[in-house]
Amino acid sequence: MSETKPKKEAVPRAKMPEQDPDVRRRNFIEVPLGLTPEMAITEAKRCLQCKTPACVGGCPVSVSIPDFIKLIAEGDFSGAANKLWERNALPAVCGRVCPQEEQCEGRCIVGKKGQPVAIGYLERFAADYERKNGAGNVPEVKKKTGKRVAVIGSGPSGLTVAGDLLLKGHEVTIFEAFHKPGGVLVYGIPEFRLPKEIVASEVATLVKMGADIQCNTVVGASVTIDELFEEGYDAAYIGVGAGLPRFMNLPGENLIGIYSANEYLTRTNLMKGYLFPKYDTPIARGKHVVVLGAGNVAMDSARTAMRLGAESVKVVYRRSRDEMPAREEELHHAEQEKIEFVLLTNPTQFFGDKNGRLTGMECLKMELGEPDASGRRRPVPIEGSEYKIDCDLVVVSVGSNANPLLTNSTPNLDLNRWGNIVADPATGKTSKRGVWAGGDIVTGAATVILAMGAGRAVANSIHDYLTLGW
Amino acid sequence: MAKIVYREEMAQGTIILNEIEAPRISRKAKPGQFVILQADETGERIPLTMADTDPEKGTITIIYMVVGKSTARFKELQVGDEYYALIGPLGAPTHVENVGKVICVGGGTGIAVLHPITRALKEAGNEVTTILGSRSYDLLIMEEKMRAASDHFHICTDDGSKGHHGFVTDVLKQVLADNEIAMVVAIGPIPMMKFCSLITKEKGVKTLVSLNPIMVDGTGMCGCCRVTVGGETKFACVDGPEFDAHKVDFDELAKRLASYLDDEKASMDAHKNCKAQ
Repeated sequence: MSETKPKKEAVPRAKMPEQDPDVRRRNFIEVPLGLTPEMAITEAKRCLQCKTPACVGGCPVSVSIPDFIKLIAEGDFSGAANKLWERNALPAVCGRVCPQEEQCEGRCIVGKKGQPVAIGYLERFAADYERKNGAGNVPEVKKKTGKRVAVIGSGPSGLTVAGDLLLKGHEVTIFEAFHKPGGVLVYGIPEFRLPKEIVASEVATLVKMGADIQCNTVVGASVTIDELFEEGYDAAYIGVGAGLPRFMNLPGENLIGIYSANEYLTRTNLMKGYLFPKYDTPIARGKHVVVLGAGNVAMDSARTAMRLGAESVKVVYRRSRDEMPAREEELHHAEQEKIEFVLLTNPTQFFGDKNGRLTGMECLKMELGEPDASGRRRPVPIEGSEYKIDCDLVVVSVGSNANPLLTNSTPNLDLNRWGNIVADPATGKTSKRGVWAGGDIVTGAATVILAMGAGRAVANSIHDYLTLGW
Repeated sequence: MAKIVYREEMAQGTIILNEIEAPRISRKAKPGQFVILQADETGERIPLTMADTDPEKGTITIIYMVVGKSTARFKELQVGDEYYALIGPLGAPTHVENVGKVICVGGGTGIAVLHPITRALKEAGNEVTTILGSRSYDLLIMEEKMRAASDHFHICTDDGSKGHHGFVTDVLKQVLADNEIAMVVAIGPIPMMKFCSLITKEKGVKTLVSLNPIMVDGTGMCGCCRVTVGGETKFACVDGPEFDAHKVDFDELAKRLASYLDDEKASMDAHKNCKAQ
């Protein structure tokens, strides 16, 4: 009789402690609470330390994933944070908002037979640990080169470009139109997914490294890019994002109570409308809310509406659940918080009272036909299926286009027919000498990490230009 | 930055003038453009069209009436204080050219908005007739500056304390009847702009108005300031704030301006109670 070795129980993937859905749907505190040090070490030991790590190839900024995880497994949390900083300017942000399931974790070998290593949770853990317990150290910057770079836009791509160029010894000024830096990190992504204190902390690190941040400056209005060159900047980066809201152009869309997601989230997140009247900017607190769209921004809007006291929140989407573009984690969190998904449904018009306030929305049922250009099955209206949804707040969350404010005032900058800036995919160089672009203004609305990846490539290219030439 | 270098109280403290240090904005600003201001970190962002600019001194001038929490907070700022946020110049500048005879109609604090446009029209060679209106003479602002920017000048007061006892529309009708007018610019409370527009529409005289919807960012990224012009949705902060009056849906604008009346009242009441303590 051969003795069989006892099968070793596979250590399961760490479960992120979270606020209870019934509690968290009414507060703005962060939903995931973070791993404990014990949980982090246990999870880190699940990593096989592959010789040819597949995960690194899935990361748009090529974080040395097995290396930072090994440091966590050894209990050297600060070491892990420093390792992250070598490749990632904003690890506390990425650990929270990256779609890891499509990137690093989606390629993890452990995930082939079981659950992938929780790389995102570990990145977040190390970054948070350093922020709370670290000595306030910052990455070391190289000797000053005397070159000056203007970074336009303080969103994820601009902050990445700034961080990388500062490390290389260049002087960086970041121009931001709003009164607080961070871009979508501060006006778009809600407090309960990305606390603003964390964004402020990441930005403070850049300032410690020497960044000059000029808020309340609209490049394209108070100063042009050509004027910045006259002022002595050697290169410029355009990372202004996709800041033009798309509406559906339906009858009644200008009724009081219909918001673009940009406005709804900016009032809530940047202007802290959820703290009204301590903060002066009001935000409508709808009782019966409809969110149009099904991306991550739509989920953010729906979950915000719930926290602002809604009795019902419906996400209305013209395709089916499988086609919803939002991250599965966001869809799951929304459903737990009792947000309803009304699928295969499209709005046709809005109704209001005599004061111009929204009272309801008419919809049409849809069915899925042949795939369209995006590869998703095209929704086809079902004749005669109109019905009405009573609502007092609608958030239109169907995407953002390129805002022309800066591009209109910048000659010799090639644009595509949607107003996005044409930029070399590998370097971010535009048609205008000395000017680079990246993030949503080039690609259209996408993700924080893709913007950061573009920023990484741009910083390398700008550095080459400043040292070698165009 | 954004420091107040000169301050004046008018109309028994209900209308305030601030001259603010803003070198970049002052060099770029054109007539008709506006700025967005915020008093402090908890304050609201509100738009105010520039009443004047001085590129040499590096300053811009705004004039506002104290109507709610934000303007009440602005009033508390003294010379030497800084606004927490000030951005600009925003909006499309007024298209100014020599068209012949023009009428500039201004009501209340709309006169502040009208001033740089009136001056630019006169400098371009137009023959300018200005009609200003206010509830009473002590609420009338910028009289001397507007008079200097005009060839013909009329004052209207609701209470008859100066000039014509009645509305600006009375004088407007008269001037239109007596002259071949190429263009009218009307800036003031919505009912004033709406009725001026109805009058000029009948006569087929091109008319520009400057709209004042609620705004948040001011750069076209949120859509809060959307207005219907000629049946299409436009953003006042980038397509405007000036539009062809005959195409503007004034009723929709008036309704949208009431979006937050309850919150605004609550905010102002809380502020007054706070001050009273």
